[in-house]
Amino acid sequence: MAYYSTSEFRGGMKIMLDGDPYAIIENEFVKPGKGQAFNRVKVRNLKTGRVVERTFKSGDTAEAADVHDTQMQYLYNDGELWHFMDPASFEQLTADANAVGEAAKWIKEQDMCNVTLYNGAPLSVDPPNFVTLLITDTDPGLKGDTSGGGGKPATLETGAVVRVPLFVQSGELIKVDTRTGEYVSRVKE
Amino acid sequence: MLQAIRRFFAARGVLEVETPIASRAAASDPALDSLSTRWHGPGGAAGLPLYLQTSPEFPMKRLLAAGCGPIYQACKVFRNGERGRFHHPEFSLLEWYRPGWDHRRLMGEVADLVRCVLDAPGLAVEEVSYRDLFRERLQLDPWHADLGDLCRAAADHGIGGVDGLGLSPDGWLDLLLTHCLEAGLGRGCMTFVYDYPPSQAALARVRPGPEPAGERFELYLDGLELANGYHELTEAEEQRRRFAWDLQWRAAAGRHCPPADEAFLAALDAGMPAAAGVALGLDRLLMIKTGSTHIDQVLAFPVERA
Repeated sequence: MAYYSTSEFRGGMKIMLDGDPYAIIENEFVKPGKGQAFNRVKVRNLKTGRVVERTFKSGDTAEAADVHDTQMQYLYNDGELWHFMDPASFEQLTADANAVGEAAKWIKEQDMCNVTLYNGAPLSVDPPNFVTLLITDTDPGLKGDTSGGGGKPATLETGAVVRVPLFVQSGELIKVDTRTGEYVSRVKE
Repeated sequence: MLQAIRRFFAARGVLEVETPIASRAAASDPALDSLSTRWHGPGGAAGLPLYLQTSPEFPMKRLLAAGCGPIYQACKVFRNGERGRFHHPEFSLLEWYRPGWDHRRLMGEVADLVRCVLDAPGLAVEEVSYRDLFRERLQLDPWHADLGDLCRAAADHGIGGVDGLGLSPDGWLDLLLTHCLEAGLGRGCMTFVYDYPPSQAALARVRPGPEPAGERFELYLDGLELANGYHELTEAEEQRRRFAWDLQWRAAAGRHCPPADEAFLAALDAGMPAAAGVALGLDRLLMIKTGSTHIDQVLAFPVERA
């Protein structure tokens, strides 16, 4: 089993705390001039996404978590599980709704996703930062409106709803930033 | 900044001195680890370990014992293992000594110096004893709280992971100080915390009485620890006991045990005048002066690029 000491801690490192895998966000060294040194570490629980702060004595260690990121292709959803494939080995695995989470509303077949594996099983799925999706339903915009303040809701082929400018119409492809859930631009075929 | 400091001390008749950065002995303080190097030459054919100073305290006290009067020094010091937003392994310390003064009187001069360097003549001072600080802000008496009280207080204040820390009482106090109190100290004024638990006296004399106190102070400004001062311990026997205790602790903790500074102990034997002394972190003072949020902003080349 690998262990990391507090002086090795850095952003992105995955460690085990209380039996759960966590990602280190921030590691701050605090020490009174004449006293005990500590590391105040901000960590995100990779199962729940919750961010908490943990304090270690400087020099203490934490067990490394068997967590790593891999690029996988989304194949299909069978109604319950999402199926992904490693494009190099063609190995397939399935992720449940808990792991897929928010990504479900952005991904469509053949998209490449970042799948985080914990002990070999999918822990979370991140969609590509930008996806191109078809608008399946939106109110017709007012004629002559070219930019539009405010915009209107549009339903996409994956079921996600985003706000788009008034001039964007049903049947058009748009680019969306999945990190913010915001419309970026129209996409020509 | 250094010009302002030199003018400040010249006007007050305090002599600038220089002492060795590398020496044969090192601080035994459990909270400090020295960097070391090896000297090859006459008397050191096999390579004599030389320790880079963690502060110029011992040699400056030897000068005091030799009767030099009030002295100051601005120099580079080194502390192994310390790195962060407010820590760098090599940093600049301003250290000075006032024979015949006590820690409370020296606090006044530290405030004057900070006002002078920051060009802030109106910067106010707040003084609070270590005990009142904990009593008022954490409802805890550091002299009487037991391990259970301290651990509970830390958990109550939302410090994560307290169960696994296994700290000593002083360790818990340090935890509460750094996590719950420091950020609020020195807001809009200079906060001096003074009179520490005897176990945290470090190199300060302990004032006897029913509730003895280490005659030590710390200065905080903008939530940052800037200076640490003592009404100095001048008793050789007590100093020997503390060194022995430190080394015992270090050996038990599996840490390096550097040789004790015998020349310093000999100077105490010969007689060091009663004095107050203080060390002030110049990089942090410069951070405050320039509104910096990371120590790297006031260093030309941080250790990663040194």
